[in-house]
Amino acid sequence: MKKITVRKDSYYDSVFLMLATHELKKTKGIREAVVAMATPMNLDLLVGLGFAEAQLSLARPNDLLIALDAETGEAADQAVSAALAIINRKKDPAAGVAAGLAHTGSFASALKVLPEANLALISLPGLHAPRAARKALERGLHVMLFSDNVPLDDEINLKRLAVSKGLLLMGPDCGTAIINGNPICFANVVRRGPVGIVAASGTGLQEVSCLIDRFGSGVSQAIGTGSRDLKDARVAGMTTLLALEAFKHDQGTKVLVVVSKPPVPEIAAQVIAALKTAGKPAVAFFLGLACERQDDGNLAFASSLEETALLACAFASGARDASAARVRIADRVVDMTAIRTRALQEAKLLLPGQKYVRGLYTGGTLCDEALFILHGTLGDVQSNIHVDPAFVPIDPRVSEGNVVSDLGDDYFTIGKPHPMIDPGVRIDRILKDGQDKETAVILLDLVLGYGSHPDPAGACLEAIGQAKAAAKKRGGHLIVVASVTGTPADPQGLSAQASRLEGAGVIVMPSNYRAALLALEIIRAVRAGATVKK
Amino acid sequence: MNFEPVSKLFLGNLSVVNLGLESFARNLSGAGLPVVQVDWKPPAGGDSKVLAALDAIALSSKVDIDKANDAAVSRVLAAKPTVVGIGLARDVVPGMRKNLILHAGPPVTWQMMCGPMRGAVMGGLLYEGLAKDAGEAARLAASGEIDFEPCHHHASVGPMAGVITSGMPVWILENKAFGNRAFCTLNEGLGKVLRYGAYSEEVLVRLRWMRDELAPVLAGALGLHGPMDMKTIIAQILQMGDDGHNRNRAGTSIIIRELAPYIVLLDEPRERLSKALAFMNANDHFFLNLSMPSAKCSLDPAMGIEGSSMIVTMARNGTEFGIRVSGLGERWFTGPAGMVEGLYLPGFSAADAARDIGDSVITETAGIGGFAMAAAPAIVKFVGGSPQDSLDITRRMYEICITENDAYQIPALNFRGTPTGIDVRKVVETGILPAINTGIAHKEPGIGMVGAGLVKPPENVFFDAIVAFAQRYV
Repeated sequence: MKKITVRKDSYYDSVFLMLATHELKKTKGIREAVVAMATPMNLDLLVGLGFAEAQLSLARPNDLLIALDAETGEAADQAVSAALAIINRKKDPAAGVAAGLAHTGSFASALKVLPEANLALISLPGLHAPRAARKALERGLHVMLFSDNVPLDDEINLKRLAVSKGLLLMGPDCGTAIINGNPICFANVVRRGPVGIVAASGTGLQEVSCLIDRFGSGVSQAIGTGSRDLKDARVAGMTTLLALEAFKHDQGTKVLVVVSKPPVPEIAAQVIAALKTAGKPAVAFFLGLACERQDDGNLAFASSLEETALLACAFASGARDASAARVRIADRVVDMTAIRTRALQEAKLLLPGQKYVRGLYTGGTLCDEALFILHGTLGDVQSNIHVDPAFVPIDPRVSEGNVVSDLGDDYFTIGKPHPMIDPGVRIDRILKDGQDKETAVILLDLVLGYGSHPDPAGACLEAIGQAKAAAKKRGGHLIVVASVTGTPADPQGLSAQASRLEGAGVIVMPSNYRAALLALEIIRAVRAGATVKK
Repeated sequence: MNFEPVSKLFLGNLSVVNLGLESFARNLSGAGLPVVQVDWKPPAGGDSKVLAALDAIALSSKVDIDKANDAAVSRVLAAKPTVVGIGLARDVVPGMRKNLILHAGPPVTWQMMCGPMRGAVMGGLLYEGLAKDAGEAARLAASGEIDFEPCHHHASVGPMAGVITSGMPVWILENKAFGNRAFCTLNEGLGKVLRYGAYSEEVLVRLRWMRDELAPVLAGALGLHGPMDMKTIIAQILQMGDDGHNRNRAGTSIIIRELAPYIVLLDEPRERLSKALAFMNANDHFFLNLSMPSAKCSLDPAMGIEGSSMIVTMARNGTEFGIRVSGLGERWFTGPAGMVEGLYLPGFSAADAARDIGDSVITETAGIGGFAMAAAPAIVKFVGGSPQDSLDITRRMYEICITENDAYQIPALNFRGTPTGIDVRKVVETGILPAINTGIAHKEPGIGMVGAGLVKPPENVFFDAIVAFAQRYV
């Protein structure tokens, strides 16, 4: 049967029409096909092919003709649709986009280019971030909100919206997450495994995930919550509790880990209840509340980031409850005798008067952990992030006495990149503290992974060398203790970074916890009179 | 607690939209993840009042804006602009009268008119025989006896100064889908011409010749040819390297091809016919005065649709840039006309340039011109230099438009339809201003075109429109 379809006043380029004709002719059930403009020449052609002249006589040159000789009416109808599909080519929003990272001018068009998008990563200024986050949530995307300075009320409203839609709002002020093995923002390339982490802190999450990797296990997902999630009663752990609920049902997650500063009591109770009812072993580390809580069944309370990782790995390797997990890690916990012996060896190299520790940190939670360890015993450690104002130095740029500084704190970063990216501020402090004859130990963290400086060890080697030389010139010895948060798969390479430090005479400890302990024991040894008179 | 979406995230493939630090996107993209980077700007230019209006509009349930916009833009897509004839303005343009001068852009008084527009008004008065010399023309213009009204208020458009007087011949376009008409003068060519404010005897002689010889020839040929479908012609010229605003070479050629067979049939002296053809051939922008009223009559049926935030008019009078929004009636939102960034003809520089002027931005409003920049690589030198720049310009315009044209397509974008129907909400949300191709007039009357390039509209017109829209519909 012959069928003619006319579309009035539709201009199409002839190449398109030839393409459509070509495609239709190959279609099953189509004996003859012409897709063309109704020019007199084409009309003649069609008449020659046996199409009815009467039907063609009304067509004008600006009209599109689809002329078909088909075996069935159905085949003809299908062919007409196919022809129109070919000439009205599917709109391709990516057409003309240059190769490489795709750019768009708006969130809405980004979703046209990437309709399957499921995560919005937002690092806009804090003033604008909530609006963007809300739009992303409304469109059904999970959100990682890197931005800081987001008002508390906005956080509460966004998290309510997110929870009502079952979406994760990671943040605000969330710098680290690992989703499906992908490190996001500041995060490490960690082996995948059974441990699901929820963490209120970026470097805390980085340290725990890297140590889990080092201890032979891996991470299923690592969710950042933002620092206020558990600390503020109104935020009420909305992100933490949603993440735990998802972990509870996640086949890939066998062990739960929560890392946070101490939650407000009523939220702590909810989080603990969630962990206990998850039906999976869990480890909680509430930094600052060490040992105040007793293990409970298969919920273990850790007292350091390192112990958090160890316990998680013990559970991952089959420990049924907390006491079994503690038995499994017994031979891996810190050997204080060895640390004290090493501390004494080092202290003996110091001059009398070299008596203080100077912690120069880029990672906030790593700094917190060191401060907690050092201040807890020494009782006089100052820090710009100390909770007790009596121990906050008047000028955070100057070290007096025992000091542990968080150089990533707002005080140091206003108008500047974070020291994990730009080591400049720490280099200055290493040189300055190296010049101070009262400095006994410089304590450092090095955070590897995506987002961080490409060579954090290399960046401070020269300053460490100069500081050590200055101490030597005075007849003393400067002890530098560091730990490296990273994995072998990180772009910077864990062992390469560690060996560069060791080559410069830095004592590299296997965790921040141990680095802080060694620094502590050196100061204690000094106080006990270990230094030699020269 | 509903955790299913999180479970889905854990089980699915991560796919990321990044707003902010590009390094985060590059890390993920480098790892092989699908990532799109949003080139974000503070919405509403960071103005909290405008942003509040934008958000209030988004939350308002008083009217279905998207539906209204679909209705508005559907009318633009359904339009069938057709050239049906040539007539004298006083006979065909609604409301035209002897003491009325139509001009480009939003309303403007003689006192506020820029140099080129004043020159064109004076030329118009001389052409009409209402004044004997320039001095008398200026005095008459300032006397209050002459009325000045925008072309747009009379279903008309005019390039540059856009002056239309009652005795000028105009193209008559009819939108066959809706029956409305639009009018535009015949293009005079380049150099010393009225639309650039020239009013010397040479200009007036040409205008009279256009009225007395050119217009009758074209009208006669058109009568033999029959109505000329502009939609298919514009669709073709976009595939021939024109944008329909700054480049009209293909369009002009097609008009000549369409009319030539009929021109030669006219019972007129051969010299007269030859002169008409030669005149069109010598003026690459002859087609502009057809693409403009085509756009105008396509857009007019989309005016006044309740709840629509689509822009139906953009126009400049050399002093101000103005827009009108479908759902906000006849109201103009105006701001200072910008300076054009572009290239200058030999002997001229930016110091000679007048502010942005003319109704020709009606082409962009209808989805061609600057919005179809990717179709016109030959004029990329006006806008940055590389074909990639022109692709980028068109691609950016998709961000602020309601739809893609079903007739006007761009080969270099895989025959994607041109971005059509500017949504004022999207302009304010993204901070992306409409890209406008345009010519540059000399700031002194009578010198003419000094260059061409790209001009940015003042952003306050879009902000003001959003605030008004919120007042009307929230």
